[in-house]
Amino acid sequence: MNVLLQYATVLILTAFVGTEIIAKVPSILHTPLMSGSNAIHGVILVGSMLILGGSTTNLQEVLGFLAVILATLNVVGGFVVTDRMLEMFKPRTPRVKETPTDEVTP
Amino acid sequence: MSRETLIDLLYLFSATTFIVALKGLGSPKHARRGNMVAAFGMLVAVVATFFKYVDGHSLRHVWLILLAMFIGVIIAVPTARFVKMTAMPQLVAIFNGVGGGAASLVSMTEFIHIKSSHPATYVILEVLLGVLIGTVSFAGSAIAFAKLQELMTGRPVTYPGQQLINGVVGVAAVTLIVTILVTASTSLLWVLLVLSFVLGVIFVLPIGGADVPVLISLLNAFTGLAVAASGFTLGSNLLIVAGTLVGASGILLTRLMSKAMGRSLSNVLFSAFGSVVTASGATTRDDGRSVRSGTPEDIAILLGFSSRVVIIPGYGLAVAQGQHVLRELAELLESKGIEVFYAIHPVAGRMPGHMNVLLAEANVPYESLLEMDEANSELATADVALVVGANDTVNPAAIDDPGSPIYGMPIIHADLAENVVFLKRSMRPGFAGIENDLLYNPKTTLVFGDAKDTLTKMVAAVKAN
Repeated sequence: MNVLLQYATVLILTAFVGTEIIAKVPSILHTPLMSGSNAIHGVILVGSMLILGGSTTNLQEVLGFLAVILATLNVVGGFVVTDRMLEMFKPRTPRVKETPTDEVTP
Repeated sequence: MSRETLIDLLYLFSATTFIVALKGLGSPKHARRGNMVAAFGMLVAVVATFFKYVDGHSLRHVWLILLAMFIGVIIAVPTARFVKMTAMPQLVAIFNGVGGGAASLVSMTEFIHIKSSHPATYVILEVLLGVLIGTVSFAGSAIAFAKLQELMTGRPVTYPGQQLINGVVGVAAVTLIVTILVTASTSLLWVLLVLSFVLGVIFVLPIGGADVPVLISLLNAFTGLAVAASGFTLGSNLLIVAGTLVGASGILLTRLMSKAMGRSLSNVLFSAFGSVVTASGATTRDDGRSVRSGTPEDIAILLGFSSRVVIIPGYGLAVAQGQHVLRELAELLESKGIEVFYAIHPVAGRMPGHMNVLLAEANVPYESLLEMDEANSELATADVALVVGANDTVNPAAIDDPGSPIYGMPIIHADLAENVVFLKRSMRPGFAGIENDLLYNPKTTLVFGDAKDTLTKMVAAVKAN
């Protein structure tokens, strides 16, 4: 199969899968969704490594080096901050119901 | 099994973990684990890449790669660990921007690399799209960061002939792309890089502070698409999957956010909202209508006699750093058997879902956070709607005043509650600069002052009663 067609197939199918899954994310988690998906596009780190690792001229080395730094920032920062946020989302702690000592009725 | 096949299998594994992570975000219970799974998947992909052959050689410059990664890690970890939750939009903007920048650099370098082999036209097109979208995302995110960090004005920046200039730059970029497609010139690629940068800047400048949630979502989608474009160029399914997932998420959030503001995306992007509004609003309504104000102690008594309270927080609460005191007040009321909920408008805060994070940080359990529709049905039977630092999101003008700039925006119906209490610093209109009729409603009581101070006094008064 033509490579372009194969990539396009992956793109289209992923777009549908992504839309289906993301539509189910509740709005209270939209900020972690954003920073988490941010971390996921940090996968450009893989591309940056290949660019730097395949570079043959100084120019390519400089650009590739920059790309690896930026992509690492993206991926590491993204995952760390998302984890920090998600850690804060806690369910109600089951508390022992306090006996209503102070009656509110006048 | 050959080495390449094994690496591709590991990439497939990583791509799967990304989908698992997004699925985990379907509930707060599994979200954290999902994120860790994706981080592990990413690690696998990165380690596998070290063993990959490029042009028949094993990876060159391994130490240089490790050095660059080390630099990235020592900047990223402390930043991500210690940033304040109120500054989350800036941080997301900047991480998003660097991702776009990296995608753009990858596309560009690959072009220089493969140019000698006379690549097919569609390959050049992928490169150019990667450079264009990635750079626009980089420059746009930088400006969004500057606006959010208040390094520059949060108001829309406008100048005469703005639309025309933006249009000309846009057309120039497209023309340039066509020219490069025909000539495959490297020097013109640098021109495209500069032009994309300019485009990113002038595209974001006229977008005002209140519209930043939409903007960040959109830039997120851009970076995703730039990564997918790089994936096409490099022939990597992993990059295509990851980039497309993020693109889909960004586009979906962008649509949700514009819907939550009752405006079309093009209206958000191209109308320089805030500047127009401040000119027209606030002038007509100063007709001496009176408002009723109360003391924190009055409100404490009112709350004490309620059975159901809905709190409507806005970004003003976070500015006053009042989340913790608010949670204390809510817990105190709950201990008296009063039901307390938080009604969260989708655009409360500076990015999608921001208010939820700020409240979660203050240890508010996520079961108490209601989405807008749910909140509106609770409000009908509520005794008190306590509006803290919010304004536009409860403004009835969005429903009944077709002339209002926010007309059509879905709001939280605070006016359905028996009593409405506003904690406000002053009578100044909100972020969008629009007068709010609800303040003059006979069932409304205003408490002026710093939200944190007022809440602290209310906590003391409720305790005393």
